[in-house]
Amino acid sequence: MAKLVRGAAWLVLLVVLLALPLYLDAAWLKAGQYMMIGGVGAIGLTLVVGQAGQLSLAHAFFLLAGGTAYTVLSGPTGDDRVVGFGLDPGLSLLGAVVVSALLGLAFAPVAGRLRGIYLGVASLALVFLGLYFGQSAEELTGGTSTGRAPAPFSLFGFPFTNDGPQITLLGVPIQQAERTWYLFLLLTVLAFVIARGAVRGRVGRSWRAVRDNEAAAAVMGVSVLRAKAGAFAVSSAYGGLAGAMTVLWFDILKPDESEFGTYGINVSIAYLAMVIIGGLGSVPGALVGALIVNGLPQVLALYSADLGWFSGTGDGALTPILVSSFVYGAAIILVVLFEPGGLAAIGRRITQKRLRRQPGQPAEEP
Amino acid sequence: MNTFLQLTVNGLGKGAVFALLALGFVIIFKATEVVNFAHGSLVLFGGYLVVVTRDALGWVGASLAGIVSAGLLGLVVERLLLSRSRHADANSLALLTIGVDVIVTEEIVRRLGVTLPFLGGAWDAKPFQLGGITLFRTHLVALGVAAVLITAFWLAFKYSNWGVAMRAQAENREAAALMGIRSSRVTATAWLVAGLLAGVAVLFIATQDFSGAGLSRGTHSIALAAFPAAILGGLDSTAGAVVGGLVVGLVEALSAQYVSFDFSKSAVFLVMLVVLVVRPSGLFGTRERTRV
Repeated sequence: MAKLVRGAAWLVLLVVLLALPLYLDAAWLKAGQYMMIGGVGAIGLTLVVGQAGQLSLAHAFFLLAGGTAYTVLSGPTGDDRVVGFGLDPGLSLLGAVVVSALLGLAFAPVAGRLRGIYLGVASLALVFLGLYFGQSAEELTGGTSTGRAPAPFSLFGFPFTNDGPQITLLGVPIQQAERTWYLFLLLTVLAFVIARGAVRGRVGRSWRAVRDNEAAAAVMGVSVLRAKAGAFAVSSAYGGLAGAMTVLWFDILKPDESEFGTYGINVSIAYLAMVIIGGLGSVPGALVGALIVNGLPQVLALYSADLGWFSGTGDGALTPILVSSFVYGAAIILVVLFEPGGLAAIGRRITQKRLRRQPGQPAEEP
Repeated sequence: MNTFLQLTVNGLGKGAVFALLALGFVIIFKATEVVNFAHGSLVLFGGYLVVVTRDALGWVGASLAGIVSAGLLGLVVERLLLSRSRHADANSLALLTIGVDVIVTEEIVRRLGVTLPFLGGAWDAKPFQLGGITLFRTHLVALGVAAVLITAFWLAFKYSNWGVAMRAQAENREAAALMGIRSSRVTATAWLVAGLLAGVAVLFIATQDFSGAGLSRGTHSIALAAFPAAILGGLDSTAGAVVGGLVVGLVEALSAQYVSFDFSKSAVFLVMLVVLVVRPSGLFGTRERTRV
């Protein structure tokens, strides 16, 4: 019974998400797309941090790696200023995921040896290497001053821009904003389903065994190194996908000039915030965390335009980004102090009260 | 050769400041096993207080006010947030400090706006010649101050009651409590001392000679570079913090000159990675043993 209700709830949510582009205008769709980027990235991070117990501050690096890989793979071949392979955008997106996963694997020998906070700071090294890479590998990234434009996405020849066949659904023309929404929704749902499958299956059990006690896991026949490497690679692949989505969303790949920016420490911390707020290890929690951390600045900016908030500019102005930083900073503190399981634990408690889980039914992922 | 000598002195000067910051991480970690991600915001807070009080108190008074307030902020964070969540494990408390860091840093950066004041008025941008090489006073003073403070800390750690209590708690928290050591007092002073050291460090960081920039978000990220210093020395070793700090300072100064300025930030982290691959708990850190 409980399962049925939960399934129905997911179905309703999906239908609503599918219908939203018919009612929202382009600016709100754009905000929604940004939340989905955060969702994909946060799912990846929650797997490695929450499920496998490996603290990673490297997520921003994998965003940059994925974004760069997509742009290079799909870029035009004839440009002598930058490298491009002219591949099909759909293939390039897949390539970006693969490249990021391989980079994650390359870091695995280091990750395998380190634990806890040592690993966290070691992974921070990747963010700084990414900064240097963005500054120096101008043939790939386009450089910090100009960046470079990614190829617009298309799938099997169907463009996700305003070109191509004109489609109208219930009187609403399905254009770039709507098409990108559906693309991102598809990617988010895929990311979600795969992560849930991993968490519930053999892989997830090996991750949790390693997280809870490495020695015990090894005794039980789990290959600790392989589990750690796997978790890091999967999480990097998710980060890479989110990075490619980021580049498509901004419509530009622009590496940072300092360690704060689109691919800086602050972004690594923002993703960590999503995961903590959502509840470490919970896949749905990661989505809710992304909704708060990535969504709040977007929503505040849109509302403030209507309501005249944040009208101040220049010195000491309160911007939507600043306000949402305060909110998620406070949210982290409150979660750790009062509900270490995050929003996922709160949600679980509510549904448990409502539905009375049958005895013997396995609990959801912790 | 002269360039090399000059770089070495400047690198050691920078390293001394990193050592002060790394020592702060280590003290807190030893007392509580919490890694303080909010250290950068303690640095910013101290610096900001210097800026605010400078007109009223003069440079000396303002600097003292800054140092004390950074220490107090550390104390407040510990008393108000960390001490209230004893049931939480050290790792989630480390995450909590990220929340503190985000809030404090954003607020101070907002208040600073576009004004990026320099702090080290007494020694900043006063180079002098010595035997054909140009030395910066900031680096020399930093070396001297750090040497005095670290020696004082080391003596206190070794011989004072506080130091004994601190070491006992680092060794075994429960046993220390049973022997009558008030763990809350040890923890609180650890945060206070770490904050004071951060407050001293910022007087050197936000200078022309050290970072080339005034108090800003960049100051916060320089404080982050003390992270690799603490880690490569070993998070629970005070000697490691000093060595780690000096290594980071030297690596940064030398790589900025001989490779490129852009590279110097990542060079520090690369060196740390290499050390960690060889010794996963840092140069002087205690190896973690697992019991099944």
